[in-house]
Amino acid sequence: MEISPIFFYLFSGLAIAFALMTVLKKNPVTSAFSLVMVFFCFAGIYAMLGAHLVAALQILVYAGAIMVLFIFVIMLVNADIPSLDLARSSLFLKFVAGALSLVLLASLVWVFHGFKQVIPAGPFTVAAIEKAGGNTQVVSEMLFSSYLLPFELTSILLLAAIIGAVALAKRQAPKSKLAIDRGVKR
Amino acid sequence: MNSLNLSTLIVEPWIVLSFGAIIFTIGLFGVIIRKNILIIMMCVELMLNAVNLTFVVFSNQLTDMAGQMSVFFIMTVAAAEGAIGLALVIAMFRTLRGVETDQIQLLRE
Repeated sequence: MEISPIFFYLFSGLAIAFALMTVLKKNPVTSAFSLVMVFFCFAGIYAMLGAHLVAALQILVYAGAIMVLFIFVIMLVNADIPSLDLARSSLFLKFVAGALSLVLLASLVWVFHGFKQVIPAGPFTVAAIEKAGGNTQVVSEMLFSSYLLPFELTSILLLAAIIGAVALAKRQAPKSKLAIDRGVKR
Repeated sequence: MNSLNLSTLIVEPWIVLSFGAIIFTIGLFGVIIRKNILIIMMCVELMLNAVNLTFVVFSNQLTDMAGQMSVFFIMTVAAAEGAIGLALVIAMFRTLRGVETDQIQLLRE
């Protein structure tokens, strides 16, 4: 692959370190900011792989919108205190989780190591993308032609998410209790 | 492009894919061992990001844009999932006064 090894190892090393911090740190705010750093490192790797629009969206959507939502909720539920949940989870569970993760990692690396380019390559080589006007233009033309139906369905998904989030987070007035209280008073 | 190059100065595709696998397993480990629901959701985001990276690498290798299109839809679903999940966290905090999953024992009482 024609990507710079120095930058790739820099970004991936930082991403792994910050991902471990996300998982192992006690304070949720520390975890959230480590996660922001992981997203930035991922954006760098996407840009090196030629997915420029995905890199920009990674910063806008993940590091911007989703992390702001996380920080808001952390502040809203007063969770910015050290959480002692790691000490409470049993040693057996940690051992099982570690073993499971290592087995999964080993099998994935084994599968990926055997990856060879056997499928006939698609039309979007680097030169073809350059000729068609760059990554962003190619992706948006596909989004509004072959992928138009999924794109429109996405809007329904987002609408459902908005309505669901509002309905879940809205404070419900204790109707039945209030009615009982009024009934008793009368 | 070919993954059979033995030169150490070239980043092979399987190394990038394995990096994605490492991040995915870190996220899985966190989902299993943590009890704070906010950090569990952050770990789910980590796993989704690792899958996105795998899609982008295969899109690059197979010179096919379908991988990058999948990344868009995964990002949208991740945003919707984050909004709904955090609304659930708020509802849970209102009921239990806490954000830890081992406090959910209403059926036991």
